Amino acid sequence: MSAEGGSAKRFVLLGTDYVYPRTTNKILRAFLHSKGVKDEDIMEEYTPFGHSDYQTIIANIKKFASAGKKTAVVSTINGDSNVPFYKELGNAGLKATDVPVVAFSVGEEELRGVDTKPLLGHLAAWNYFMTIKNPVNAAFIKKYQDWAKKNNVPNADTVVTNDPMEATYVGIHMWAQAVEKAKSTDTDKVIAAMGGQTFKAPSGFTLTMDKTNHHLHKPVYIGEVKADGQFNVVWKTKEPIRAQPWSPFIAGNESKQGL
Amino acid sequence: MRTPLTIRFLTSMPRKGWLALAIFALVAWVGVPMAHLMLPESSPFSVSAYTVTLMGKILCYAVVAVAMDLIWGYAGILSLGHGLFFALGGYGFGMYLMRQIGTDGSYGVNLPDFMVFLDWKELPWFWVGSDSFLWALVLVVAVPGALAFIFGYFAFRSRIKGVYFSIITQALTYAAMLLFFRNETGFGGNNGFTDFKRILGYDITSPEMRLTLFGLSAALLMFVLLLGRYLVTSKFGRVLAAIRDAESRVMFIGYQPLWYKLFIWTLSAVLCALAGALYVPQVGIINPSEMSAANSIEIAIWVAVGGRGTLVGPVIGAFIVNLAKSFFTVEFPEYWLFFLGFLFIGVTLFLPDGVVGLWRKLFARKPATETESPPPVQKPAAVPEKDEHLAAKGAAA
Amino acid sequence: MRSLITSVLLGLCCLFGSAHAALDPAVLQGFASEDFGERLAVIGQLGQIGDEDARRVLEALENDSLAIGGGKVLIYDGEKAIDAASGVALEAVPEDIDTLTVNNRMRTAIEAAKAGMALFSTDPTVRLTAATRLRDGVDATTLPLLEKALASEQDAAVHEVLTLAVSRGNLGSGEAAKRLSAAIALADSGDPSVLALLEPRLDASVEPDAAVRAAVADAIRSIERRLAVAGAIGTVFTGLSLGSILLLAALGLAITYGVMGVINMAHGELLMVGAYATYVIQGLFQKYLPGMVDGYLLAAIPVSFLVAALVGVLMERTVIRFLYGRPLESLLATWGLSLVLIQTARTLFGPQNVQVDNPSWMSGGIALLGDTVLPWNRVVIIGFAAFVLVLIWLMMQKTRLGMFVRAVTQNRSMAGCVGVPTARVDTLAFAIGAGVAGLGGCALSQIANVGPAMGQGYIVDAFMVVVVGGVGQLAGAVWAAMGLGLIAKFLEGWTGAVVAKIVVLVFIIVFIQKRPQGLFALKGRFVES
Repeated sequence: MSAEGGSAKRFVLLGTDYVYPRTTNKILRAFLHSKGVKDEDIMEEYTPFGHSDYQTIIANIKKFASAGKKTAVVSTINGDSNVPFYKELGNAGLKATDVPVVAFSVGEEELRGVDTKPLLGHLAAWNYFMTIKNPVNAAFIKKYQDWAKKNNVPNADTVVTNDPMEATYVGIHMWAQAVEKAKSTDTDKVIAAMGGQTFKAPSGFTLTMDKTNHHLHKPVYIGEVKADGQFNVVWKTKEPIRAQPWSPFIAGNESKQGL
Repeated sequence: MRTPLTIRFLTSMPRKGWLALAIFALVAWVGVPMAHLMLPESSPFSVSAYTVTLMGKILCYAVVAVAMDLIWGYAGILSLGHGLFFALGGYGFGMYLMRQIGTDGSYGVNLPDFMVFLDWKELPWFWVGSDSFLWALVLVVAVPGALAFIFGYFAFRSRIKGVYFSIITQALTYAAMLLFFRNETGFGGNNGFTDFKRILGYDITSPEMRLTLFGLSAALLMFVLLLGRYLVTSKFGRVLAAIRDAESRVMFIGYQPLWYKLFIWTLSAVLCALAGALYVPQVGIINPSEMSAANSIEIAIWVAVGGRGTLVGPVIGAFIVNLAKSFFTVEFPEYWLFFLGFLFIGVTLFLPDGVVGLWRKLFARKPATETESPPPVQKPAAVPEKDEHLAAKGAAA
Repeated sequence: MRSLITSVLLGLCCLFGSAHAALDPAVLQGFASEDFGERLAVIGQLGQIGDEDARRVLEALENDSLAIGGGKVLIYDGEKAIDAASGVALEAVPEDIDTLTVNNRMRTAIEAAKAGMALFSTDPTVRLTAATRLRDGVDATTLPLLEKALASEQDAAVHEVLTLAVSRGNLGSGEAAKRLSAAIALADSGDPSVLALLEPRLDASVEPDAAVRAAVADAIRSIERRLAVAGAIGTVFTGLSLGSILLLAALGLAITYGVMGVINMAHGELLMVGAYATYVIQGLFQKYLPGMVDGYLLAAIPVSFLVAALVGVLMERTVIRFLYGRPLESLLATWGLSLVLIQTARTLFGPQNVQVDNPSWMSGGIALLGDTVLPWNRVVIIGFAAFVLVLIWLMMQKTRLGMFVRAVTQNRSMAGCVGVPTARVDTLAFAIGAGVAGLGGCALSQIANVGPAMGQGYIVDAFMVVVVGGVGQLAGAVWAAMGLGLIAKFLEGWTGAVVAKIVVLVFIIVFIQKRPQGLFALKGRFVES
């Protein structure tokens, strides 16, 4: 919405029809309302899993975007449907500079099966990108690539790391630390030792596990797709932010902000 | 001349059959509960919770297989839509289970969780009454039954049969799957129903509840077998087999195949739905993927593996395929599809009568009357019965 | 005043262009700033300088090769660095070199700057794209530039675009006469964003001149009419496109099921085989003929046909042959085959989707009016479907094999009696059906995902097309595919994709009740088979 982000005034919330996109878009809509965006400037649309014919939806987005206000698409399209979606988007002549698409479920691994030409400049939001430059990440990537080669993972020479991998990597290490602290693998004891654990993550920050809700405090990155299927970080938070399991923008969640 | 129903019922099955049934009942209602509750885990005869649930699940599948066999094996109608009736039964009972969660869901509201994230404030009309156990039972039987009746009526009236029928049942199931995948439909979208807590106020995860459900599944299977046995040995069953083998001739004789087919088709659908209703609380989830084409076709392979046109066959088939599935998907997940695929091919090419047919070929030298009798194709139809029927027809005209 | 500045700048740019002087390093220094606004300003300045050096810098920026190092702005290709301002290569790459990040906003500015330069190119096609690019974002800075270009423009097409662009700008002009001519000119536009510009002008408080208001109202009507036509064409096109995909998925089945009566549940997997064949050919081209990558698709067409046909022959000889006349059994056995094929693909190529690129000649689209674009890949596929159809028709009607196939279809035993080798005809016909499915897969790889389970998504649709069309009828399949495609797309406009699909399926179920033989029933005695 800022000038730097493209000053978008209208928003298309496009997702696959299941819990995650529905909830995400519910929060997004509430957030946009709080910023003064009206309902008529929000288009919400869902497609079934594996949907592959995006002709009509792209035509609708075009129509929606042509009303004279800068439009952005927030995509929570899941998995396989992304390739047909972006292909159609590119072929229909909608470039990232006209109608940028921000995706929440497209990362490095997903882009391995994709012709990235039509995706250039579209955005993704994650807590980690493979392109982040720091020694921890370099070591993490190296370790994974060596492991893939050694274990004959298919196409081992092109394996990529992504946010879920980093999250798992961090998670397992934190668990190990908690086990060491608790001196036991007993579930309850480990849970008790878990809160407040810290770990120097490949994302370039030292992550902390929240003491109350056991979610991680993580940085947020926004990246633009490059031609090689990697992401160019164009925006990031200065430091990790606290995870809030209950959105402050949804009515009824006020009492849960401390959680 | 009519034999009294009880005698007719008792004689529908040879003594060996009754004996087998009694043993089965004893194992399911006494043996397994005792082994599960009383024996320590270290005992070789102890039955784990996992095994009870797995067996309960397969018993439900076996009911579906028998229901499928009633229409495929005995009436020659291959349905690729039985997954739909199974799932509808499951959804019907699932609605009740969702209501039983009450305010224990993640949002703490007296609405199913998925309605909360959809921003729904109250239950849609078709959920009215779903908190009543009895109404749930009505739904389980009535919805799939009505759907099967209406669909069957039009399909059979237009004399759609064979592959055509199979394909349009598949289309129906596919359409229903797409419908249930939509969140707006009001059945939880792709997640379906899960996270159940209790039935009639009792904890759903308790061993007693597990055993009750298991016992009920066993009871349902026995009931379905007996009912099937009764039907296929009756005059009705013979007409059905005649329709299967030469529908035109049956029509020329003066029968109206529509009602015969419609009855067995609707019955089969309702039996599937009952199995579905028992299946859902045992596995703890119901979602639209139960309606996928693959599931419905898999039901056909249970029947084919066991032996079409016999009643034990489908039960055996359901157990063989599902135990193999449990084994392969744990031990060699990458080979499961190969196994299943070659099973489909092998059975259709080399074992047209399934395992039961193979058994007969190898061991049974005695005439078929002693064992499970094959469908009464070869046997001459009982003449007096037919006369009676024709007379009735004449009177009506 | 502003036009004066512009003409001075334009004069300067000519001057610099001929003298080929280096850029002023001070101009570029703004890139070193953290502030995006300043970077944008530099891009704007470069656009107005507009000489070769400026273009080089902009292109470097666009390709992620502009960097800051040693306090200078450099062009850095990963090995050696060139001073961006002077174009002189540096002897050593500075230690602290860091590539400039380009975001969408900067990219937009770069494109605008480049378009500004291209407006005065000698090549009319370059001018046309530049004018089109600038048309949508006319503002106070670009308007004088556009007016200047319009005055000297000779090419009719470019002139038209420039007129529309200038008119957009002039709509807010202070002179009523300018606004009036702008409104009249804009009536020729087919762009919906123009509507958004025009609509506020209907209000008397915004637009005091009644004549201009009337012209605006006329313009709006004419644009809306044009858009309605374009929208209808677009919907018909998407319907035809979906129809052609359905047809390609179903044609092979129309032969194996429709003509031979084999229920091939593995048909979807034959599509998958064709798609993977295309993927392999693409890989081979990338590896051995990188210069001809764009031609891989042409090579993939025969290969996908042959590979799928070969798989088809294998299936027919090993399994299906034994099941002729037992449709329900063949249904189950071929379902088993489909599972085996899926798992084979998974084992060979991995469980994930593989990447099949559109060749560059299939990317992009034909822009119709306004926002209606007909993507090339879909246009090509519609054509391809027609091509395959003609091919099959010729084969069935004009060749000896086709005659045999038709004879066996109509009366197997009689055909056998007069010497038709029925078993061999069966195998060949099945191979052709499978091969056509392979062609369908090759086409689908250009639109949809290529993965082990891709075929499962098409099997129900393919059967629906054949069943609705009428078994044994190629013409029926064509009508059914196009009809179902169009119905689905028209419904999708107001019900959404899923409901449209459900409605279509229910429609098919009802339709079959009414006409169990499909649209085109074979004439003759087929009481029971």
